Amino acid sequence: MRIFLAAALVALAAPAFTPARADEFTKADLELWRKEYMAAVDKGRGVFTDPKLGTNGVVCAQCHPNGSNIHPETYPKFQKQMGGVVPLWVMINWCIQNPLEGEKLAPDDPRMFAIQTYITHERRGVKLDPGKH
Amino acid sequence: MVKTLSRRALVKGASALAAGGVLDMTLVKLAFGAPSGAGDFTFAYISDSHIQQIEGGKFVRNWDRGLKRAVAEANLLNPKPDFVMFGGDLAQLGKKEELDHGLDLLSPLRYDVKYVLGEHDYYLDLGEYWADKISKHYYSWDHKGVHFIVLNSIIVDEAWTNKWATPMERMLVMAGLDDPRGSPFMVGEKQRQWLAADLAKVPKSTPVVVFSHSPLQKIFKNWNFWTDDAEEVQALLKPFSKVTVIYGHVHQIQYNQIGAISFHSVMATAWPWPYPETYAQEGSLLPVMTVPMNRADPFHERDATGWQFVDVHTGNVALSYSLPDNSPRVVAYDEKLKRPRDLQYSERTIPPHMHY
Ligand code: HEC
Ligand SMILES: [Fe+2]
Ligand SMILES: [Fe+2]
Repeated sequence: MRIFLAAALVALAAPAFTPARADEFTKADLELWRKEYMAAVDKGRGVFTDPKLGTNGVVCAQCHPNGSNIHPETYPKFQKQMGGVVPLWVMINWCIQNPLEGEKLAPDDPRMFAIQTYITHERRGVKLDPGKH
Repeated sequence: MVKTLSRRALVKGASALAAGGVLDMTLVKLAFGAPSGAGDFTFAYISDSHIQQIEGGKFVRNWDRGLKRAVAEANLLNPKPDFVMFGGDLAQLGKKEELDHGLDLLSPLRYDVKYVLGEHDYYLDLGEYWADKISKHYYSWDHKGVHFIVLNSIIVDEAWTNKWATPMERMLVMAGLDDPRGSPFMVGEKQRQWLAADLAKVPKSTPVVVFSHSPLQKIFKNWNFWTDDAEEVQALLKPFSKVTVIYGHVHQIQYNQIGAISFHSVMATAWPWPYPETYAQEGSLLPVMTVPMNRADPFHERDATGWQFVDVHTGNVALSYSLPDNSPRVVAYDEKLKRPRDLQYSERTIPPHMHY
């Protein structure tokens, strides 16, 4: 058991470009994280412009160029028509079901996550302001 | 004083629509204090219907409904408009099926219709079907003392036009308003020469009205709210004492004045677009005098869409926006300010609907 644990610890400490200590990271790390993030954003842009997301060929970007007029920083907020305070994904589903005449996505659907990554990226720099309209 | 279509009148209009009645536009007959004279008449303006084929004979319902409603309402105008302009983007992806279906929906109009070409009508076959079936790409005519010109303002350079593997690939890229692979619109050298020759025959005191799809002024390059040679076109119009440019493409209310040229945009029947300032990553050149519309509410399907009727009075225009889900708006040339002014809306703001 002890031998196994030691081996596991060595393995954990060993990955290619993770330095030895918790508070150390390199420029290469930052670049990698950035690349991973931008890949997620691009994937989101793909879903946002995918005519197969709904059933009528309409895409989100048709009405929301550059993800504009979506204010992810204002969620959760009160939506009169939903009868309560809702998170962003509920409103995304509303737009999928209505203008796109599609089926709603589960909150943990990878496409739901991708859309949120893209629209949040397009609002980068805007201050977080939940509850606002 | 200018009278505008009241909310009650519009509601009356809407119920008249249901009852097959008449939309009484004597209510919007405008009086600028100046006597009536040459260039006193009205026309209607319908634009940006984006008829979109799903497959076979199936089309996106929402966009069909917007155009049908505009056509039905325009048919009720009293007094009758002298003609109807269609401002471009009849189709979404330039397909024959979409253009044909769009023409079908426009066919109940009881007036002469004239057409402006939009990028969504053009980039599949470079306007071939349009020229065959619908209209010339650019032309001019005279009507009751006003010189009218239609330009094709949505062309781009040849290298871009020819670089795509298929016509549909080119169409899809241009149809994505925010697609970074797009290219800025222009009128181009050839049409500017034609325009110079056309204007050479027109006395400088004749009111001139120019219809284009893109703005003929520079507002926001990312979304092609832009015409790259706008300054050159404006220079050709500059010698005239009364010029109005009316454009589609932007799916929102905009207006501006540059020298003697008044600019007005028209609404889409299909869907509204946010103002460029709502895109946090770029600055915009939205004309400072434009009072933006409130944010659209998607729970109202026709919010911030509509059509307009245009009163041409002694050569200047008043644009009345007929908006099914909103209070009507009128933007008219103000003789004192020497520019278009939003007659009622200048002070009105509803806090939750502000852009931010
Ligand atoms: C027919 C046009 C149309 C289409 C297509 C469309 N939307 Fe919307 N959507 C709107 C309008 C209009 C609003 C209200 C904008 C505002 O609040 O200023 C809106 C609002 C939203 C909101 C709430 C924004 C806020 O600030 O509260 C979200 C989230 C949203 N849309 C996501 C999407 C997504 C994701 C898609 C694609 C699945 C999509 N929309 C497709 C028209 C559309
Ligand atoms: Fe359009
Ligand atoms: Fe357009």
